[in-house]
Amino acid sequence: MSPRARNAFLVVAAVAVAALSFWALAPEAAVAFWNGSIGSRNALLSGTLVRAIPLAIIGTGLAIAFRAGVFNIGGEGQLMLGAVAATLVALRGDAGALTAPLALLAATAAGALWAGIAGVLRARFGVLEVISTIMLNFVAMNLVSYLVRGPMQEPSRIYPQSAAIADVAQLPRLAPDVRLHIGLVIVLGVCAGAWWFTSHTAAGFRQRATGSAPIAARIAGGIDVSRVALGAMLMSGALAGLAGGIEVTGVTFALYEHISPGYGFSAIAVAVLARLNPIAVLPSALLFATLETGALGMQRDAGVPSTFAAVLEAAAILAIVATHGWFRDAAPRPRAAESA
Amino acid sequence: MTAAGAEGRFALELGGIGKQFGEVVALRHAGLAVRAGTVHALLGENGAGKSTLMQIAFGTLRPDAGLVRVAGAPARAAGPFPGVGMVHQHLSLVPAMTALENFALGGHGLFDREATRRRMQALSDASGLRMDPGDIVRDMSIARQQRLEILKALGRDASVLILDEPTAVLAPAEARDLLAWVRDFAGAGHSVVLVTHKLREALAVADDITVLRRGEVTWAGRAADTTEARLADAIFPGGSSPRASRPAQPAGTIVVRAENASVSRRDGSAAIAGASFAIHAAEIVGIAAVEGSGQHELLLALAGRLPAGPGSLELPGRIAFVPADRKHDATIPSFSLVENVALRGAGRRAGGMPWRGLATHTAALIEEYSITAAGPDAAAGTLSGGNQQRLVIARELADTPALVVADNPTRGLDLNATSFVLERLAQAAARGAAVVLYSNDIDELLTLAHRVLVVHAGRVSEVALDRDAIGRAMLGAA
Repeated sequence: MSPRARNAFLVVAAVAVAALSFWALAPEAAVAFWNGSIGSRNALLSGTLVRAIPLAIIGTGLAIAFRAGVFNIGGEGQLMLGAVAATLVALRGDAGALTAPLALLAATAAGALWAGIAGVLRARFGVLEVISTIMLNFVAMNLVSYLVRGPMQEPSRIYPQSAAIADVAQLPRLAPDVRLHIGLVIVLGVCAGAWWFTSHTAAGFRQRATGSAPIAARIAGGIDVSRVALGAMLMSGALAGLAGGIEVTGVTFALYEHISPGYGFSAIAVAVLARLNPIAVLPSALLFATLETGALGMQRDAGVPSTFAAVLEAAAILAIVATHGWFRDAAPRPRAAESA
Repeated sequence: MTAAGAEGRFALELGGIGKQFGEVVALRHAGLAVRAGTVHALLGENGAGKSTLMQIAFGTLRPDAGLVRVAGAPARAAGPFPGVGMVHQHLSLVPAMTALENFALGGHGLFDREATRRRMQALSDASGLRMDPGDIVRDMSIARQQRLEILKALGRDASVLILDEPTAVLAPAEARDLLAWVRDFAGAGHSVVLVTHKLREALAVADDITVLRRGEVTWAGRAADTTEARLADAIFPGGSSPRASRPAQPAGTIVVRAENASVSRRDGSAAIAGASFAIHAAEIVGIAAVEGSGQHELLLALAGRLPAGPGSLELPGRIAFVPADRKHDATIPSFSLVENVALRGAGRRAGGMPWRGLATHTAALIEEYSITAAGPDAAAGTLSGGNQQRLVIARELADTPALVVADNPTRGLDLNATSFVLERLAQAAARGAAVVLYSNDIDELLTLAHRVLVVHAGRVSEVALDRDAIGRAMLGAA
């Protein structure tokens, strides 16, 4: 059995054992988890898949950024700026059928712009993007809080939310009786495009080289590494912004203070679990969405606190970190230094 | 059991040494015997097992078979053997500490500064290695740091001193001084093992020579009884390969023109100031300099990797660059050979990556440059140093560049790989490229270069093709 096959077998076996013991030890919770996540048409098509969309889009952007050595932790803030921009465009709503695409375009630009602040700070002043993007998350959250209580509040001025966007600005649903929307198609396109970009374009190759060995990239490749890093930051911000736009036009139809249950943060784990492969981001996002909707189901039907989802996610991340070495490509290691 | 041979006592004896790392046999029945009061040279190409054998002699590596005797007695201590000192190729000093503090490192019990100072002073006087205990290591030249390492070893009462490639990092004058000191040290009754690549050095300094090839001793005897050619045969099967020599060809049009050019380091400090020179097609220009004179920045600027200015530096379009540090600057170890080949020109490539074409191209390069690799998709980090350099040379020379800039391209390579690299550079010049070659081996420059530029303290000047003149100019003496 090859190492890869052995590892795959171990993973499947571990998941099966975990699922069986879950079912044996707490059958009521297990059933609630199943029904709440993927066990029913409604849970799958109105819950889990809808939730997987922003996770996959942001996760794809983060996979691109991380590969380029850019640690963008600001997906949450970039998503919010995207949501604000999409709401602004959608509320104007005078572009007919083009309103929704325009809203998504604006969201994408806003996310890139917000990430660009951290990107420029890094390129110009060497500010660590880990710090700046986290801090910009708080700025974005408070900005949205202010907007939904101030200039963007709905006309009756009762609720901290914007007015609802017009029907014409809403993304079409894939079936009349479910919440799953056309965003699923966008996700597939984004992941495929990102995969093609990283593996088949010169710009994608520059990003990988920069992330793997910035000095060799600069000296042997003649690559302007700070520009490449800025580009990767903008791309990941753009995708997070797009996810925010999709949430507004496809799910919430208005701007809320808590428009994201932490998609920007969960997407980090999604990207890492996918080992920064844009295609693998799809199953990874689906897994995390399943964990979250399943935990919500357990809370609703079995009284299990929903923070259990956070525990499950943390356990998954720990398992990834612990087994990281298993999944490395089985390339022969360089021989121990033996030069005379 | 005493080990008194006909030639007098042996200070260090290794016999029947075997050592295996996993499936790789590093040493097979290897050994050497160092007579007291002599210099013993250990020769061999990369991977011949020299370092492994010396680590066993020093006591930091256990042999699978065989015996080590120090001054006649079997050495069984764990860790470094008493009486044996070793100076590694890569110095292990704490840059922020003073010479005195570094000298005291690794001691036991209390640190008595005064007593240590007296001891260091005494050793310094006795050995002739002058050293100011208060100097900070960071501010010392490599040669002085090396001297401090030797003092440290002597501080451990070493009567046998192992020096691993000590002249590799030194300027010629410094190397001469060190080798003269080694002779004196042996003359005073101590013993030295000199690990080296350089045949001439071994013949000039050593009393005895042992040659290792693939973990086995292929020649051992008196230096007086052998010749350069015979040693080369022992190091290297199939006879010494012909050294590359400079192509006899008239220099062509001007490829590089520097007018009062300056180059700054990335931190903004000036590395090169007011440099004016021209480099022509089909000529090989050697660059000579001691470490830290600004030559690396000059080479980076010539390669178009560092902006030049004020002043002007005109460069051609296609430039090949062989950086000094293969592992960090020239290749990405985790990337495949194809991806490493694709790195050339990646900064300016537009559109898609033609992976299929690149794979074919890489396979052809592997063939043409005889790169030993599992295949085009093998990670560059799995290649030996010599093969990594072949890969870099292959990648850079493939598209017939107008200018080739090579920063110490033969550093750490064995004879075979060295002559390969130099031949390729000579070929590039013969095909019409301007070649700029920096090497800290002046012999390399003298055999290959048409002209030599010396960099000293950021100033570039042309010097006659003469070993002494170059050596003096490198140290700033007119």
